[in-house]
Amino acid sequence: MIWDAFVEALRLIWNLDHEVMEIAWRSLRIAATSSAISFLLIALPLGTLIHFNRFPGKPLVISTIQTLFAMPAVVVGLLTYDLLSNKGAFGELGWYLTPDAIVFGQTLLITPVMLGLVISALNGVDKSIPETATTMGASRLQTYLISIREARFGILTALVMGFGRAISEVGISIMVGGNIRGYTRTLTTTITLETQMGELELAHALGIILILLAFVINLSLLSLQYRESKWLSWI
Amino acid sequence: MAILDLIDITQQFKDGYSLKAVNLCVDQGDVFALIGPTGAGKTTLIRIIDLLDWPMSGQIIFGGTDVTRSKRERLKARRRMAYVQQRPTVFDMNVYDNVALGLKWRRVPRSIIRGRVEHALELVGLADYQKRNARTLSGGETQRVAIARALVTGPELLLLDEPTANLDPVSTEKVELILETIIQARQTTMVMSTHDRSQGQRLANKMGVLIDGEILQIGTPAEMFRSPTRKRVADFVGVGNMLDGVVGERIDESLVNIQINGNTLQAISDFEEGAKVWTLVRTEDVTFSLQETSTSARNTFNGPITRMTPVATLVRIEIDCGFALVGVVTAKTVSEMGLEIGTVLFASFKATAIHVIHRQSHD
Repeated sequence: MIWDAFVEALRLIWNLDHEVMEIAWRSLRIAATSSAISFLLIALPLGTLIHFNRFPGKPLVISTIQTLFAMPAVVVGLLTYDLLSNKGAFGELGWYLTPDAIVFGQTLLITPVMLGLVISALNGVDKSIPETATTMGASRLQTYLISIREARFGILTALVMGFGRAISEVGISIMVGGNIRGYTRTLTTTITLETQMGELELAHALGIILILLAFVINLSLLSLQYRESKWLSWI
Repeated sequence: MAILDLIDITQQFKDGYSLKAVNLCVDQGDVFALIGPTGAGKTTLIRIIDLLDWPMSGQIIFGGTDVTRSKRERLKARRRMAYVQQRPTVFDMNVYDNVALGLKWRRVPRSIIRGRVEHALELVGLADYQKRNARTLSGGETQRVAIARALVTGPELLLLDEPTANLDPVSTEKVELILETIIQARQTTMVMSTHDRSQGQRLANKMGVLIDGEILQIGTPAEMFRSPTRKRVADFVGVGNMLDGVVGERIDESLVNIQINGNTLQAISDFEEGAKVWTLVRTEDVTFSLQETSTSARNTFNGPITRMTPVATLVRIEIDCGFALVGVVTAKTVSEMGLEIGTVLFASFKATAIHVIHRQSHD
């Protein structure tokens, strides 16, 4: 069965099966968008601010974030449904049953993981780093940036983990995306559908494509860790 | 002109480290060594000067301006200084980028950065290390990167906290040589802390002794070593002989007798008869002989050797002449004179070699 699925997966990739490619591309685009929003707009700036600033209830905030690591996708899907369905607080946005709804839900799902891992990566940076930067005349923002640079491996791990969680979730995609063919259907929702329809070979083949996709993306992100490259020279 | 003026700086920490109303004035071009034992508060004071920590009370005047608590003003002032920490941290990047960072942060144009970084690295002897990851360097090399990083910004005030405390003797020598070059060539104002008394003496033109959070004396290295004003300063700079005495009758306008444990010394002093004093004699001012010789020295005592301690190429000799008197001779002299424990020696020193300070309750 697995071998047949593997052969089928290779065939689908080799033939550039239009529907499969479209679904894979959509999954990738949605997961990448939610990862980028969560990482660049929330986890990195907020995690940095939480790490570098003292405020009442900070330990409580951090343990709440860590607790949310394990939030089931289906619960986040339900919450997203509550917010985005026609009767929801943000129903007027008209996102329900669109890819935007999936991006919204995935962002909610992966933000605690990314945020928690960013904070923990910054915690791992020696205290002397920000202090040395300060003595060298760095502004507060420059001190933050050099600390992020020093924590880059841990911070990239946060991005990889978040992306992995986003591309592999199914609860949110089904509940607020609706698995609409040619519009909100993703690899995970297609696998669920094909399995229910008894198309196990295709389901397995799509599973393998999903794993390969996640593998390639993660590998290229992680490869950045081993390159003393110019991508951080702006810091 | 004063570049730095600290007025009544007081700092108290929970763990007891503190500064007690420290007043300090550093003139432009000065190389000021803050000497004192470990835990005296030297790092605390240097951190306050670099505006990293804020004192509980007191004023910091830098470049004629009273630096306030405002973060923006502190950053502006800090960018005119540079601070080399006791254990410098380098960033996980190559040596060139480590040195260039301070300039990038000050928005210096890229075209200027290259020349300045290369010049700074040349000055510290690391011109060939530009591409090396700074984390792979030895302790001495790391310290030199830190110095290059400090110099590259052209600071008005260079702060060095125990710059050689964690280095081996060879690296210490290299770093001191670099500092000497900077002092001679650049006229950079420096404040350096050190527990190494002789380092302060070698590099600085002004010194302050900081003990238990208090600056006990400020002066030139010569004043500090030859004329300490307090017992604790004398203890720290290490005069060798600190004898507990009472001023006796005056011999002439300048000379007085001082009674020490039943013996009489002649010294130059203004103190009145009966004053309780510490009589300080530096070990290198004591000369030893096997027989009494006629010298111009007014003070001659004799007694058996009670202790011989080798110190590098010298030997520290202690004789019991009614009180313990310490002097130094070379190892060669020891063998030539056949000195050993019990050998009776004549020790002499001039009245002018004695420095007399008042014995106070809070010495």
